[in-house]
Amino acid sequence: MSAIDFWLETSRVAKAMEQSEALGAAERRFGVRRRDFLHFAATLVASMGLPTSALGAVVNAMTQSKRPSVIWLQFQECTGCTESLLRAEHPTLEKLLLELISLDYHETLAAAAGHQVEAARKAAMKENAGRYLLVVEGAIPTRENGIYCKVGGQTAVDLVQEVAADAAAVISIGSCASWGGMPSTSPNPTGASSVGAVLGKSVVTIPGCPPNPYNFLSTVVHFLTFGALPEVDARGRPKFAYGRLIHENCERRAHFDAGRFATRFGDEGHRQGWCLYKLGCKGPETYANCPQLLFNDCGAGAWPVGTGHPCIGCTEEGVGFTKPIHQLAVLKTVTPPTQFARPAEPQGQGATVVTAGAAAVLGGLAIGAGLKLASKLGNKDGEPGEKS
Amino acid sequence: MTAHAAPAPVGGRLVTKTTVVLAGMMLAMGAVLVLRLVYGLGAVTNLNNGYPWGLWIAWDVTIGTALAGGGFSTALLVYVLNRGQYHPLIRPALLAALLGYLQAGLSVFVDLGRWWDFWHIFWPTYAQPSSVLFEVALCIMAYIVILMIELLPAVLERLHWQNARKRLDRVLFVFVAIGVLLPTMHQSSLGTLLVVFGPQVHPLYQSNLLPLLFLTSTVGMGYAAVTIEAAISSVGLERPFEKEILAKLLAIGRGLMGLFLFVRLCDVVYRGALSHTYTPSLPMFTFWLENALLSVPLWLLASKKNAQRAKYLFLSAMAMALGGIVYRLSAFLVAYQTGAGWSYFPSLGELTVTTGLIAFEVLGVIVAVRLLPILPAAPERTLTP
Repeated sequence: MSAIDFWLETSRVAKAMEQSEALGAAERRFGVRRRDFLHFAATLVASMGLPTSALGAVVNAMTQSKRPSVIWLQFQECTGCTESLLRAEHPTLEKLLLELISLDYHETLAAAAGHQVEAARKAAMKENAGRYLLVVEGAIPTRENGIYCKVGGQTAVDLVQEVAADAAAVISIGSCASWGGMPSTSPNPTGASSVGAVLGKSVVTIPGCPPNPYNFLSTVVHFLTFGALPEVDARGRPKFAYGRLIHENCERRAHFDAGRFATRFGDEGHRQGWCLYKLGCKGPETYANCPQLLFNDCGAGAWPVGTGHPCIGCTEEGVGFTKPIHQLAVLKTVTPPTQFARPAEPQGQGATVVTAGAAAVLGGLAIGAGLKLASKLGNKDGEPGEKS
Repeated sequence: MTAHAAPAPVGGRLVTKTTVVLAGMMLAMGAVLVLRLVYGLGAVTNLNNGYPWGLWIAWDVTIGTALAGGGFSTALLVYVLNRGQYHPLIRPALLAALLGYLQAGLSVFVDLGRWWDFWHIFWPTYAQPSSVLFEVALCIMAYIVILMIELLPAVLERLHWQNARKRLDRVLFVFVAIGVLLPTMHQSSLGTLLVVFGPQVHPLYQSNLLPLLFLTSTVGMGYAAVTIEAAISSVGLERPFEKEILAKLLAIGRGLMGLFLFVRLCDVVYRGALSHTYTPSLPMFTFWLENALLSVPLWLLASKKNAQRAKYLFLSAMAMALGGIVYRLSAFLVAYQTGAGWSYFPSLGELTVTTGLIAFEVLGVIVAVRLLPILPAAPERTLTP
C-alpha cells in the first residue's frame, strides 16, 4: 500500500470513527479535538506500519485502557530526550503522553523532591509490581563500582537493577541508554554503559540524540494496544522505526545516485540541495526513520539532512559520537559508481555551419557520384548489340 | 540452372589513386578513434545524455548492417529458395555483408562508454539476457563469424586447398542456414530498440511493427546495395552489368517496398497517427521523403522496358538505399525526441569516423575482388567491343 493510499484509507476510517462514543471519551479525557486526536493516533499507526484496521484498536486502547505506571530514570544524560517529548511543537503531544501513561517517577517533571519522591517511586513499584514500564534515559557509569552517578545515595547501577527487577518491560530511550551514547565515547572515563549491558539482557531501545518522540510514543501505544512491545531487531530497536537506512528514504537520494554532491557548506551544490554524502553524511550507515517522520511537526524538510547538515549517525552505535562528523560514511547498500554524470548536464550541440556543411558535402558527393554512375550505365544501355 | 562463369580474382594494381584516398580517409578515422579511446566520447562526439546514440549507431550500425543485408537476403534466394540464377551475386553480397558487419562491430565497440569492459557481453555473470542490445550485440558478432565461414571457400580456392574446400562444402549448409537466420533476428531487434524508447519516438515512427518494418526494409536495402555494388564494379572495373539477374532481384525488392509502404500506411492509420502525416514537423518531412524515395522503384520500374534498363535499375536501387538510409537516420535521430532542450548533430569527428568506415568497406571490396575469387570471371576483352 502506498503512503497516499494508506493516508486516504486512514482518513476514511477516521471519518467513520469521528462520531463514535470512544472519541467523546477521548475528547473529555485529553482535552483535545476529536480530529486532532485521530490525527495523532493515525500518525502512530502509520509510523508503526500497522494496518489501517488497527486504528480502532489503538484508539480504544488509548481511550479505555488503564494508564500503565511508568518509572522514568535519568542518569548520564542531558534531558534532551525528555525535552524532545515535552517541547514538541505539536500542542497535544506532551498532553497525550502524560494522559496516556501514569508517570509515577520522573526527576525533571516530578513536583515532589528528595525522600518524598523516592518514596513515591517505591510505592508505585510495590503497587504495580510486574506491570509497570521502566524507561531509562542516559548511560550508566560502571567504573569504580558506579560511583560517578548517584541518586538518593544509590548508584545508577543499583537503581536500574532494582527497578528493572519487577518491571513488565524496560525501554531505553536515547542513544546513551541504548548503547552508551556520547558519555561512552572513548576514552570513556566513567565506564558509561547501556541499560542492556548493565542488566545483562536485551531491552527495547529507542536510540537517537534525541530520538523522535513518535517512535517512543508508538512503542508505548503498541504496548497499550497489544499488551506487548513491538518487534525488535538484534539490537533491540523496534523494526518499524529502525528497519531501514536513512539513506534509503532520504529525499536527497536521487542526487546521490546521480552523483550530485555538495562538497562544501554553502557551495553551489549545497545551495541546490544536493546529496551531503561528501560532507560526511552518515545516512548510508545509520538505521532510522528520520526522513519519513521528520521532527517538530512543522512540515517538509524538518530534519537534519533536510536543513542542509549531514546526518551524524546519532542513532547508530559506532557511528554517532564515534566517527568524526565529516568523515565519509561506510556505504552499506550501494557504492556510488566510479564515474558520475556531470552536475551541469550539457544538452548537446546542434548543427553548426561546419558540421552541417560537411554532412551536406558528403551527401552531395555521394548523390553526385550515384548520378554520374547512372549516366555511365545509361551509356551501356545504349550500347548497340550489348547482351547482358 | 544456367551455367555461370566461375568466380576468379580480378587482379590488377592495389595501389591506385582511389585506394590511396580511401586509405587516407581510414587514417583520419584512426586518429579520431585514438582520441576517442583515450579522452572519451565527449572529446570527439556531440553525444550527450539526451542523445546517447548518434551517427555511429544510426549510420554505422543500423544503416551499415542494413546495406549489408544483401548477404543474407541473397543467400536466402540462392541457397534456401534454390534460385541458382542469382549465384554470381552471392560472393560479392557476402563480402559486402562481412565488411558491413565488421565496421558495425567496430563502431559499437568505440561507441561503448567504457570500451575496456566490452568483454562483459560474453561473460555470463555480466551478460543481461533480457536486453535487446545484448541480443543485437551477440547476434552481430556471431554473424561476423558465420560470414567469415561462408566466405572461406573463396579463400580456400585461392590457396588451392581443394580437400579443405570439399570438406567445408559438406557442412557449409549449416552455416548458411544460421547465416540466414541471425540477421532476421538482429535486424528486427534494431527496430525493437526504438520500440522500447516508447513515447520518446515521434508517433509517425513509433510502432509495435517497427521490427517488421526494419526487417522488410533491410531486405530491400540489401538488394539495392547488391545492385549498386554490381554497378560500381561494372563501371569501375569495366565489366558487364548483370542486368537480367539484377532486374529480377530488384523486382523482389520492389515488391517488398510495396509491402513496406502498405504496412506502414495501414499501421499509421491503425494507430491513429494519420493526422501527423499533415501536421508540419521535421519527422513529417522525413516521413514523406523516405516514403517517396522508397516508392521510386514502384513507378520507375513499372514498365517491362524500364525494368530492363541498367540506368533505371541503378536509380531505383539508389532510391531504395537512400530511402532506407533516411528512414533509419530519422527514426533514430530525428523522430527520437527526448525532451525540450536536447539537441544533436554529428560532430566532424563522428563524420570522419563514419566516412572512414565507408572507406574501409570500399577499400575492402577493392582489395578482396582483386585478390580473391569473388566476382565471376569476366568474358575475354575481345568479346566486348
